Amino acid sequence: MPRNVLSVVNLTKYYGNILAVDHVCFDVGPNEIVGLLGPNGAGKTTIINMILGVLEPSEGTILIEGIDIAIDRCRALERTNFAAVYAPLPGNLTVYENLMFFGLLYNVKDLRDRIEQAISLFGLDRFRNTKCGVLSSGEQTRVGLAKALLNSPRLLLLDEPTASLDPANAREVRDRIRQFARRESMGLLWTSHNMAEVENVCDRVLFLSHGRILLEGNPRTLPGEYGMRNLEELFIAVAKEPLNPGGDDED
Amino acid sequence: MKIRPRHVAAILLRQYYLMRGSPVRILPVVVWVAIDIILWGFISRYLNIIASSQFDFLAALLGAIIFWDFFNRVMYGVSTAFLEDVWSRNFLNLFTSPLSVLEYLIGLVLCSILTSIAGLLVMLILASLAFGLSFFSYGLTVIPFLTVLFLFGIALGIVAIAMVLRFGPPAEWLVWPIPALLSPFAAVFYPVAVLPRWMQYLARALPPSYVFESMRTLVSGGRPGHIDLLIATGLAVLYVIIACWFFAHVFKVVIREGHIARYSAETVS
Repeated sequence: MPRNVLSVVNLTKYYGNILAVDHVCFDVGPNEIVGLLGPNGAGKTTIINMILGVLEPSEGTILIEGIDIAIDRCRALERTNFAAVYAPLPGNLTVYENLMFFGLLYNVKDLRDRIEQAISLFGLDRFRNTKCGVLSSGEQTRVGLAKALLNSPRLLLLDEPTASLDPANAREVRDRIRQFARRESMGLLWTSHNMAEVENVCDRVLFLSHGRILLEGNPRTLPGEYGMRNLEELFIAVAKEPLNPGGDDED
Repeated sequence: MKIRPRHVAAILLRQYYLMRGSPVRILPVVVWVAIDIILWGFISRYLNIIASSQFDFLAALLGAIIFWDFFNRVMYGVSTAFLEDVWSRNFLNLFTSPLSVLEYLIGLVLCSILTSIAGLLVMLILASLAFGLSFFSYGLTVIPFLTVLFLFGIALGIVAIAMVLRFGPPAEWLVWPIPALLSPFAAVFYPVAVLPRWMQYLARALPPSYVFESMRTLVSGGRPGHIDLLIATGLAVLYVIIACWFFAHVFKVVIREGHIARYSAETVS
């Protein structure tokens, strides 16, 4: 069986006395797209930040292709990349300059060729010499995605990647990411509040609430298993799940 | 720890792109230092005219300004390259990449070397052409002075950026006044001996005070003490080590507390 690209074991994060992530365990396999769902404040971005090594867990282990990020951060991050609407690339560099800069940081081989491929994949050719700061939010999102795919990461983390795209662009971008991910056998962790998108893209979803994984399964069959008509209804039901102040084991 | 040249080159390349994209960034590197040289050059020339002593104000004051501006440029070279990442809200993309803290610091220091050397050359050429002050005539003697100031500038620059990393973007305002706060103790324009006793103790803990004392000795025709320069070098190296340790410590704290992930917010402190 192929090794998981991501293994999260007992991941826990306290901010002072507040428990933000509560002993979360999950895996992402190669060629698998996993949706991380949950209401605002459920702990999705906290988990992503810990996987990306910019937030230290209070407890637990994160292995990226078997490499513990707490022990060998740089080697683990070489296999990773991410894009998020709240992390645009520097606006004072052009699209090409940004891709060159991040390509060097991610040790991308044949960098110039890879940049051309990424520019072409996301339709950025006419913006290559435009400073990212003057692009529309949708165009900036596409540049961020081009950067995220530049190193063909084994693990790709996308935090609401289509949030600022119009429906037509969102569908096109989704399809391209999915094709690219399948071709490269990547593992993807995808957060979104667009349940139709999740149903369409993800092989498996994890429902997170108050820092815990409440449900896990196939996004197309999971709603039926809980007597719901669709993923959105299930999401709303999970979001209403009452807060357990003790954070005890009531999964 | 493994240092990958491509990562360091990326930091340098980014700085090059920024300068190429906005030539205004060249102003602090060459124009402000040129203005300082012209201003202090004329002040020194005037003092030489009105003073009856044989003391050469031009060499002492203008020389001090060249060295002090060089030190400032080194410190600001590190901090400005870092602040570019603060201003462009780039920390999340930067620190989720495989770039190590050491590679990042080396990249910032190399940026500072390039910009401070450019500024130094402008100052030396202008001082020589406009006021006939040639530091080149002192030859290699000035190399230890510049080395000490360079090392101390790097150390202060790293401490400054660690504070910005820890306390967030508003802490930028702590960076700019650092050289001004140190200048009374650094004995840039006067000997340490004129300071009150408690200030002398502080001055002796700062490497620039040894440099400026030695420089005054040199321009008055004496030989700078080797011991003083050794102490200054030792102190400067020590401060660089402490500064790197401090930055690494601050980086661990901000990772533990999640400040990098929320860096654009001004509430990180």
